[in-house]
Amino acid sequence: MDERMGFFARLWMMFWLPWKVLFSPPAAQAVRAALPKGAPPVLPAHEPAKVEEKQEEKKVEEPGPKVFAPALHLLSILQRDGRLVDFLQEDIAGATDDQVGAAARVVHEGCRKSLARYVVLAPVRTEAEGAPVRIPAGFDPAEVRLTGNVTGQPPFQGRLAHAGWRAVEVKLPSLAVGQDAAVIAPAEVEV
Amino acid sequence: MASPVVLGLDLGTTNVGLSHAPAEGDAPPAIFPIPQVVHAGEAAPRELLPSFLYLPGEVELPAGSLALPWDPARSFAVGTFAREQGTRVPARLVSSAKSWLSHAGVDRRAAILPWNAPDEVAKVSPVEATSRYLAHVKEAWNAAHPDERLEDQDLVLTVPASFDAVARELTVEAANAAGIGAHLTLLEEPQAALYAWVAASGDAWRKQVEPGDLILVCDVGGGTVDFSLIAVLEEEGTLQLSRVAVGDHILLGGDNMDLALAYAVRERLEKEGKSLDDWQLRALTHGCRVAKEALFADPSLDSSPVVIPGRGSKLIGGTMRTELTRAELEATLVDGFFPKVSAADRPAAPRRLGLTALGLPYAHDPAITRHLAAFLGRHAGASASLPPGVHAEGRTFLHPTALLFNGGVTKAALLRDRVVEVLDSWIEAEGGAKVAVLEGADPDLAVAKGAAYFGRVRRGAGLRIRGGTARSYYVGMERAELAVPGVPPRIDAVCVAPFGMEEGSETRLPEALGLLVGEPAAFRFFASSTRRDDGVGEKVDPSGLEELTPIETTLQGAQGQVVPVELHAKVTEVGTLELSAVEQASGRRWRLEYDVRGT
Repeated sequence: MDERMGFFARLWMMFWLPWKVLFSPPAAQAVRAALPKGAPPVLPAHEPAKVEEKQEEKKVEEPGPKVFAPALHLLSILQRDGRLVDFLQEDIAGATDDQVGAAARVVHEGCRKSLARYVVLAPVRTEAEGAPVRIPAGFDPAEVRLTGNVTGQPPFQGRLAHAGWRAVEVKLPSLAVGQDAAVIAPAEVEV
Repeated sequence: MASPVVLGLDLGTTNVGLSHAPAEGDAPPAIFPIPQVVHAGEAAPRELLPSFLYLPGEVELPAGSLALPWDPARSFAVGTFAREQGTRVPARLVSSAKSWLSHAGVDRRAAILPWNAPDEVAKVSPVEATSRYLAHVKEAWNAAHPDERLEDQDLVLTVPASFDAVARELTVEAANAAGIGAHLTLLEEPQAALYAWVAASGDAWRKQVEPGDLILVCDVGGGTVDFSLIAVLEEEGTLQLSRVAVGDHILLGGDNMDLALAYAVRERLEKEGKSLDDWQLRALTHGCRVAKEALFADPSLDSSPVVIPGRGSKLIGGTMRTELTRAELEATLVDGFFPKVSAADRPAAPRRLGLTALGLPYAHDPAITRHLAAFLGRHAGASASLPPGVHAEGRTFLHPTALLFNGGVTKAALLRDRVVEVLDSWIEAEGGAKVAVLEGADPDLAVAKGAAYFGRVRRGAGLRIRGGTARSYYVGMERAELAVPGVPPRIDAVCVAPFGMEEGSETRLPEALGLLVGEPAAFRFFASSTRRDDGVGEKVDPSGLEELTPIETTLQGAQGQVVPVELHAKVTEVGTLELSAVEQASGRRWRLEYDVRGT
């Protein structure tokens, strides 16, 4: 069994296995045989613990993928078009700058294209970076972050260090029905 | 009822585009972005619909991957995703269906595509594949315009100028199968490109050309090259346009160029001891296309990097980096596809080997300039009478005075400049003046937009390009002479439809034929794009003609009876050529069908 189990498969097994062990002696024996020597013996579960587990099952299984699906989908798009996850998951300590640079071109070309397609970005401030700016009273601190000698009351006089980015429009495609968002990139098998 | 909208559909070899314009007024045609599956599980609109059909295996893709907004359970894909997935699984991809549609060597109604696919793939015919592209466009439009359905609007569908009567007929058959045949008209693509130029320049076009001008439309698309010559005439003080010649169907285009670049770079990599597998070659082809566009866009660049990512999850370790230099680009594309040749050069003829694979008849010579020389030369000498306004005295080829580019390849200034340079050198050698380049039309979308513009022209608003049929058509008849053992009866080609027949006109072959009732009657069928002088009934030697698929019919009635019939040829409103046998006595009519089972 070289096949790696996915996170959700393992999650499901976590809830299913205690029941199986409790009610099926052959299954309990198989589990014990599979575990390394000295592993703690499988204990019969207590009644209240089972109830808790059931509640947990609902909490984890239902909201998880749904809430994070758009985020995972964006990640899978950046991987699909620009190999972003491959790039970030790889250890670059031993690679030369030329190698990293060549790979960065793949990531840059692909991710740039998909970002342009799915998220319309605009700078938060339209002034040139380095230009003096005036921050009036009542500004939104989520939009403008003040650094340096921040004392007294607005308006503040300062210099624009970073123009910021804002997503003006997000055109993320909807996931197809039945598509598992947790699969960032499918395994590829050449037949 | 006249439809409120006119639609122009560019059914290209590699891309389909749809444009629309209000039937009244002079608002310019706009492109309708076509929703399509762009990635597994993602449908989105794109300006063009790639003309590719992907036929997936049963368990290959997750359920819902090919869902479209109007059909969640779609089991095949047309468009961007089909093209992408086809590079990974080539045996299930149908491509260049349009070229198959005009290929007389195969049965075009038989399920033969994907060509050479294993038996378990449910194949489709070239007509069926074309019909699916058209149906996709119809469904996409109708989903967005439920009150102005596509099949109820005036629709102009473009075909290459090089399409003969049979390929046109099959295109209409595909349109009917897709349910869009009700208000259909065919238009030649180079004419559509010129209409788009007229539409884009407004009234200013009359200042850019003058009577006596001969406009060459040079259309280099993803898969085909198509030439047409259109003359500017003056009649009763107003300018008229008349299409005077069309070229052959040349299977050569931008896809060949990207592949040629990839092969050139691969050769260099192999000399450096690096080998590429198929997957990497595809990545290289993509990389070369990106690098090519970068070099075309910025003339100051000497080279552009090409990166071939590793296939596994190790991106950095597996990536190969190289670059495409300007010298390579110029040697491969500019000199390879547009060499400086003389006007007397002709494309290398394919070597005729005993066994030939039955695939598409791709152009043997990649030199587009040589194909152009052949086109201009053939039309200068082939005919005694040239169309009005065209002069060939003392010239070895027809001299265009203006040039309109069309097709994605011609977006590259470097390639346009080379065509102009070569053409000018030919004309100057014979004492002519340089050609003027007509600017202003978008080479990717011009055909679709021009088609919609033509939809309005047909209603009487604006100038119409005339010219009629671009070929003369002939049927083969056995000579009435004594039979000689061992010598097959000789055949005369009798002209049934002269060159330049206008839409709606009909001809009648005066000679009566005796046809046997109840038995299939078949005729050999020929065409010529250069014989402008043959009138109806003229007998010519078929050896100089292009043989098309046979035409046939079966007369119903009492078996064994011989009925005297006349052959009629009619150019329909749609733009197809209809041949029929008409019984002299009763006027009963039998339509002659094109037999496209392949030769």
